[in-house]
Amino acid sequence: MRPFEYERPSELAQATSLLAEYGPEARPLAGGTDLIIRLRDGSLRPRVVVDMKGIDELDGDIRDDDGYLRFGALTTMTDIAADSRVRRDYPALAESALFVGSVQIRNRATLVGNMCNASPAADTAPALLAYGALIVATGPSGTRHLPLEEFFVRSGVTTLARGELVVAIELPRPTSSRGSVHLRRTRRRGHDLASVTLACAVTPDGKTRIAYGSVGPRPVLAIDDSGRLADPSLPDTDKAGLLDRLFAGASPSPTSMRASPEYRLAMLRVLGLRGVKAAIDRLASAQAP
Amino acid sequence: MTNRRPLELTVNGRSRSIEVLAHHTLLDVLREDLGLTGTKECCLVGECGACTVLLDGHSVDSCLVLGVEADGASVTTVEGLAVDGRLSPVQRSFLETGAAQCGFCIPGQLVSAHALLTDAPHPTRAQVEEGLAGNLCRCAGYEQIIEAVLMAADAADADAIADDDLAARSARLRALGDRAATPDAELAPQ
Repeated sequence: MRPFEYERPSELAQATSLLAEYGPEARPLAGGTDLIIRLRDGSLRPRVVVDMKGIDELDGDIRDDDGYLRFGALTTMTDIAADSRVRRDYPALAESALFVGSVQIRNRATLVGNMCNASPAADTAPALLAYGALIVATGPSGTRHLPLEEFFVRSGVTTLARGELVVAIELPRPTSSRGSVHLRRTRRRGHDLASVTLACAVTPDGKTRIAYGSVGPRPVLAIDDSGRLADPSLPDTDKAGLLDRLFAGASPSPTSMRASPEYRLAMLRVLGLRGVKAAIDRLASAQAP
Repeated sequence: MTNRRPLELTVNGRSRSIEVLAHHTLLDVLREDLGLTGTKECCLVGECGACTVLLDGHSVDSCLVLGVEADGASVTTVEGLAVDGRLSPVQRSFLETGAAQCGFCIPGQLVSAHALLTDAPHPTRAQVEEGLAGNLCRCAGYEQIIEAVLMAADAADADAIADDDLAARSARLRALGDRAATPDAELAPQ
């Protein structure tokens, strides 16, 4: 691994000023499960690595916070998958967190890091999109909230400004019952990156939020509020046409090693139908007396 | 550029105070600075689990942790599983079932198994499979490894296998190992 300076600031302001000063030559470090691989293979060559784990204002807690469930910047996949509130109210997030890597990886990898790496295949991105997640970013000019769908640009690139750090992710607390699910396709069961990943959430008002990843430069959120996708009696043949319109944002790369564009698009349709059905079923059991 | 930094950590119960390079991983520190070579270096991308250690009680791939990140932490390596010269339940059951073939992945398997049994003292087979999914065995000795972990869970209930019993069993296992080697020898081209 190439040498770099290591900084472990104790205050958020120190971290953001380091990031502002060094710009692209600084990399924040949380769990490190992606960063350290890229430091070793030389695809990232920062002058300074800024460890976020010593910052007083940051933590790995999951907190109920005025209408939101708030995930601190250091919250790990293990903690998310085990949290009873996440499992009850955001099951697709718990499911996707459990798909990440192995036990060892999940013990280190953070939810915020999974977003900041901005991989199109990020396992937890579709669930967060489907649940309407907000990114909380702090930088030299203050703190702002932005919807997750305005965060991703392309692989490895986000709309974070120079000097900004993601300090938390907020999920709105559900205002009604909801059925939701996370699904994915991989080349093999277990430890693999997703060829297609999808989350679907259905609410009693007939709204279907469907988010998908690994089929283009960034994860995509699409919403059907016609009530037709969420209608348990509408046949799959009709839903397939609706889904195709929601999947207009899919543009899989022809050069990816994991799967061909044709395969990904075909599997996206399969996962779409399965996801909608599973979400409807879960909504029905949530509403059962 | 000088980027040596002080590092204070507890390794297998012993306090250590050293200076390390910021770009050295915990794996480098354990093997090269502390001479604890039980933890193995293999894939270096967090897929094989040969470098698994416990960091503050949680299993991690030490190839994906910088040494400096472990400042103030408590690390347990495979060398720390045995207590007072007495093998841990998983170590005993790995011996018992012949779970070690070439042996290279075994330190990581043992640490992961130890962590699993700490969290879930009575795991199902599926939990064992998932708990060890981050540890690859190139000999594909997964059946024996899974069996060993399940056996360790039972053995922990029965307050482990007695030491002298183990010695006798180890001897029998060696004999079994000798015998098991025979068919291969017979199959080899004459």
